[in-house]
Amino acid sequence: MTAAPEVAQPNMARPGVPEGLGAALHDGWVVAKRNLIKIKRIPDLLIFSTIQPIMFVLLFAYVFGGAIKVSGVNYREYLMPGIFVQTVAFGAAVTAIGLADDLQKGIVDRFRSLPMSRAAVLVGRTTSDLLNNVFVTVVMSLTGLLVGWRIHTGIGKGIAGFVVLFLFGYAMSWIAAVIGLSVRSVEVAQSAGLIWLFPLTFLSNAFVATDTLPGWLQPVADWNPISSLVLGLRELWGNAPVGAARGHGFPAEHPIQLALMWIALILVIFVPLAISRYRKAAAR
Amino acid sequence: MADAIIAQGLVKRYGTVIALDGLDLTVPEGTVLGLLGPNGAGKTTTVRILTTLLEPDRGECTVGGIDVVRRPQQVRQIIGLSGQYAAVDEYLTGSENLEMIGRLHHLGRGKARERARELLERFDLAEAANRTVKTYSGGMRRRLDLAGALVTSPPIIFLDEPTTGLDPRGRLGMWDVISERVRAGSTLLLTTQYLEEADQLCDDIIVIDKGRSIAHGTPDELKREVGGERLHVVLADRADTDVAAQILADLGPELPVVDHEAHDVSTAIAGPAPRMLIEAVRRLDKAGIEPRDIAVRTATLDDVFMKLTGQALHGAERETTP
Repeated sequence: MTAAPEVAQPNMARPGVPEGLGAALHDGWVVAKRNLIKIKRIPDLLIFSTIQPIMFVLLFAYVFGGAIKVSGVNYREYLMPGIFVQTVAFGAAVTAIGLADDLQKGIVDRFRSLPMSRAAVLVGRTTSDLLNNVFVTVVMSLTGLLVGWRIHTGIGKGIAGFVVLFLFGYAMSWIAAVIGLSVRSVEVAQSAGLIWLFPLTFLSNAFVATDTLPGWLQPVADWNPISSLVLGLRELWGNAPVGAARGHGFPAEHPIQLALMWIALILVIFVPLAISRYRKAAAR
Repeated sequence: MADAIIAQGLVKRYGTVIALDGLDLTVPEGTVLGLLGPNGAGKTTTVRILTTLLEPDRGECTVGGIDVVRRPQQVRQIIGLSGQYAAVDEYLTGSENLEMIGRLHHLGRGKARERARELLERFDLAEAANRTVKTYSGGMRRRLDLAGALVTSPPIIFLDEPTTGLDPRGRLGMWDVISERVRAGSTLLLTTQYLEEADQLCDDIIVIDKGRSIAHGTPDELKREVGGERLHVVLADRADTDVAAQILADLGPELPVVDHEAHDVSTAIAGPAPRMLIEAVRRLDKAGIEPRDIAVRTATLDDVFMKLTGQALHGAERETTP
């Protein structure tokens, strides 16, 4: 410790309290950068989050590819939007784990004692997880192209599909944020963040056409937000099946509108809920 | 002198557990208040309320004249908090940690970097500045955490058990840094289980137990309250404590204090100390008790705590030198 006394005198005069969207974005980006540095420092994280989607694409394409027939489309092309959506949804679970970890280690306390935007920790976390999802999606797209998946509709709709996909992943992160802020440990966040995603993604048209399900289950799968999203992407990319394989009724007719509606609904409910959870979150 | 921190009638319950039961405290500007108490006394809860992390169920508090519950964001601008568990990010380097805090205080990139460099220098962490915190020792993490609380040179600083878990050298290092802040004019509220620490650093001490203040004064005032010097009898056999307590009760001016865990019975001195000591030895001998230790010692804050609560501070070091 050097002996020189501190030069800066304590002063009560401070600039005004930063509030509003500008502060939330600035502070959110500072937090997001901190999360991204962590990904850089633990490369294993990135390696495994890359290997998994590659493995999924290859397994589903080669294992189920021969067994499952969907009318009007090649199964590998049918499959890819489903795997994209599933991977992005599971990727959101990282948000729950990251927040629970920060809570447990007292880092959230440090953040909460700073005069930063109340939303920043959540904005930062969901943003860095979004960027992680974008990276994984790029890797998955390349793998998909290798096994024969193509976008048949042109660049505009192709991009629109990815935008909807990322919006959905972002919305899912906010659900995961509420979970991460509600549990008391990283271990619980790990299972609680993932477990509900299995029925959600499998009870849908992600891997099989919903008309192959038992009759009573078909409406559930047709109205599942995941189904709307997957069918919407298939539509945008020209990977959609025809006839009964699309599902039934309204969801089969308006998948894109329904998908956007679900995304908006999730954000409207879970953004304020997560922020109020964050305010109350007490590490111990 | 104005009061930098004022709390009145703070109450906080967790379900049926009462963490704070009407706590009052004031800290005049530029002074150090120590909150002394065992685990679970309510020290951390008090700090969490005063630093805006927790809302009290009842009671009022102001920090720097600002209402903590109504204007938390303004309070956050003038305080620094360093917690019991070093809240630094272990995947970031020391300088990245401090820079991030500076940025979140809206210092601007250049200024945040400059301030981080300054603090790392002063806290003896310059060499480790670009290493991830994962590689730091416990003492280094604590210093970094404290540095994090000082990024904006806040006028009011809260330290929750700043030296718990540190080795003696680490503790001395922290004391240095803390004293330096006080000399620079900061107001400090610190919690501790270590009597020696409160003695060294604090102008005022509030002893709290079960969420209430049970004593308040300067370290000297508190020690005087239990008598300047005390006669201690330490017994080899726990069964002998009752007899020894009876003997000391007959000799001393007050009911003796019995620490059942340490088998230590003590009382204030009445009359000349040597005569009381000799008389105590004579009566113990007559009762067939051979103490492991018997001595007249200057009262410590440990005695204060023992007398007030009937229990020793958990994990506190007992001072054995006269």
